[in-house]
Amino acid sequence: MTLTRRFVMAAAGAAAMVMAAGAAQADIKIGLSSEPYPPFSSKDASGTWVGWEIDFMNALCAEMGEKCTTEEVSWDGIIPALTAKKFDAIIASMSITPERKKTIDFTDMYYNSPALIIGPKDGDKDISPEHFKGKTFGVQVSTIHSNYIDKYFKPAGAEVKTYGTEDEAKADLAAGRVDYVMGDSLTLFTYLASDAGKACCEEKGFPPDDKEILGEGVGMGIRKEDTALKEKLNKAIHALSAKGTLTEISKKWGLDGQMKLASPQ
Amino acid sequence: MVWDWLFTYWPQLLYGLWITLVLLFLSMTLGMMLAVPIGLVQVTGPWWLKYPARGFCTFIRGTPLLIQLWLMYYGLGQIFPMIPGLRHSFLWPVLREGFFYAVLAFTLSTAGYEGEVMRGAFLGVPRGELEAARAIGMSPWQVLRRVWLPRALRQVLPTLNGETILQLKSTPLAYTVTVMDLMGATSMIRQDTYRIYEPLIFIAVIYMVITFIITKGFAWAERQVPVKR
Amino acid sequence: MPDWLAKALTLLSWGPAGYGDELFHGALRTIEISALAYFLGLTIGALAATGKLYGPNWLKKLLNGYTTLVRAVPELVLLLLLYYAGTDMVNTLLGGFGKGPVEVNGMAAAVGVLGFVQGAYSTEVIRAAILAIPHGQLEAARAFGMGGPLMARRIIMPAMLPFAMPGLANLWLIVTKDSALVSVVGGIAELSLVTKQAAGVTKQYLLLYLVTAFIYLTITLFSNRIFNWLERMTRRGQRKLV
Repeated sequence: MTLTRRFVMAAAGAAAMVMAAGAAQADIKIGLSSEPYPPFSSKDASGTWVGWEIDFMNALCAEMGEKCTTEEVSWDGIIPALTAKKFDAIIASMSITPERKKTIDFTDMYYNSPALIIGPKDGDKDISPEHFKGKTFGVQVSTIHSNYIDKYFKPAGAEVKTYGTEDEAKADLAAGRVDYVMGDSLTLFTYLASDAGKACCEEKGFPPDDKEILGEGVGMGIRKEDTALKEKLNKAIHALSAKGTLTEISKKWGLDGQMKLASPQ
Repeated sequence: MVWDWLFTYWPQLLYGLWITLVLLFLSMTLGMMLAVPIGLVQVTGPWWLKYPARGFCTFIRGTPLLIQLWLMYYGLGQIFPMIPGLRHSFLWPVLREGFFYAVLAFTLSTAGYEGEVMRGAFLGVPRGELEAARAIGMSPWQVLRRVWLPRALRQVLPTLNGETILQLKSTPLAYTVTVMDLMGATSMIRQDTYRIYEPLIFIAVIYMVITFIITKGFAWAERQVPVKR
Repeated sequence: MPDWLAKALTLLSWGPAGYGDELFHGALRTIEISALAYFLGLTIGALAATGKLYGPNWLKKLLNGYTTLVRAVPELVLLLLLYYAGTDMVNTLLGGFGKGPVEVNGMAAAVGVLGFVQGAYSTEVIRAAILAIPHGQLEAARAFGMGGPLMARRIIMPAMLPFAMPGLANLWLIVTKDSALVSVVGGIAELSLVTKQAAGVTKQYLLLYLVTAFIYLTITLFSNRIFNWLERMTRRGQRKLV
């Protein structure tokens, strides 16, 4: 008898907890991508998020005087999660592109860095599309780099494998399952400087820019109707730039001079 | 609801459907072929076969398929650079494809679950029948081939329908290791169009249709097997 | 100590240098999600089984649709669908009752989805178990003048549990393993996601996935013991089967 009663109470308790779990409300909810993307954001061995963008986020929230909470979601679902109101703004090295602007809006650019192609250590630095005929690219799904490969290298005969996270693409480059990885230059340089990267791979070159595909820098993704939030975030981004906070953060992560930062205005 | 993407992406979806079905067929047939010996050695095998088989079943049944798949794909991938000459060996074209690991992981999973079922089925064959077979002078191999295995397989047949459907429902995991199955095609559509509900609803319906066809197929197959009660 | 072993031990150590404590907390999260989803599933299952057995015809049809849907559509597809669409649905539903929108966080969504899937399977387990109760027991209860709720609590529940226990034990094992799928959506630091993140940072895929597999295995084996004990408890007072 006691068993049945406990059984019923536990079930009711579980249902109540599920209902209550939806109640918490914070000032601004920031959506992060739940993958390691060093040096911008990754979880260290103590379980805390660290990186350039994490410092940027904290500085930004302090500047606005808002309390920010974070929510993680996998990269390929981050735009749907924003439109489904799971959070209010994306900080996940997301480039501002015309294609994405059809679905969501962006703040002004807060940093920009060029794309890069890396490959195995063989000294072959040819990155012309014709050279990639029959070669396989590894790339993270739903990225500007994936779109770039589709536009320039696939028609020339390259094959593409898409991964949920960039580290998986890098792991397959090290394993030899793909011949090249294309991604953001700063994350790829960080990888090349690591033990795993040093052992397998080298820089192949910067592909020619295409603003239509690669976008005009990284901004915070927000919903189209949140114009007030956009104003507020933009003001804070430019204020951080004017104060030199952005440069400080870049220095801390050894990225000073390697990335273009937001303008003071 | 917007469905115009269907006109653009139907070739990818069709190809994805094909990959899903091939994955299902290969993993079920290969898995069942492995399950028979795994079930058998657990019942009659020597200890050095019995315990590994039992351990294998416990491991497969006690860990998530997703982790098994990632262990094989990314875990083995981590060792590859340490093996010299592997990239130029005849195995490489297979080893570099996610499809191979998906087939491997799903096959082992089927073998683990069905191995346990087969163990029960072998045990479930009445002793008297086996004794009778031995009494008329059949060798152990003949007993297995003519009496024990057919009787055990017949017991398993009704469970195969459910197992096949469970296996079908596991196949979308393959897209996490770059396989372009139905789920992979959906992921691609989502990447290009930012549509999330419609492609998922669409493949959900496809999976329901496949399930329906499988169920009908097995019902038909069971009617073809004469069972005397 | 060989170099690789020292490296592995550092990687798995407790504290800020290693992932031991993260994996442990991930495992606790996995158990938490699974337990909540399991009990949510049992609640849905108990209600749906009652509806399927005693409800009006339209309800039976609706519930049949629910169980058929869940048994035919892959968990991953349902998870993604309900994770993104679930918030909208909940809010539309609440809007219908005149309540304001709520934010469904990752945890609630994951538990909701896994519970929804579990519910379909537990419906069938509980329904079959209720049908297995000897008819005479229910007639006797009615003869004593017991009403529906009283009979459900005093007779049906205790009498069906021994029949349902093996199926329910199996469902628990399924939900602990299915909870790994949540890592595909991201957002909750359960065991699989923690492992994925740690492996991505350290590139130690083989070691970390192996360790995680054994953590899941431990959870399974430990759960088996508990359920064996529970099954014995529910069978108290019953005649032993051979």
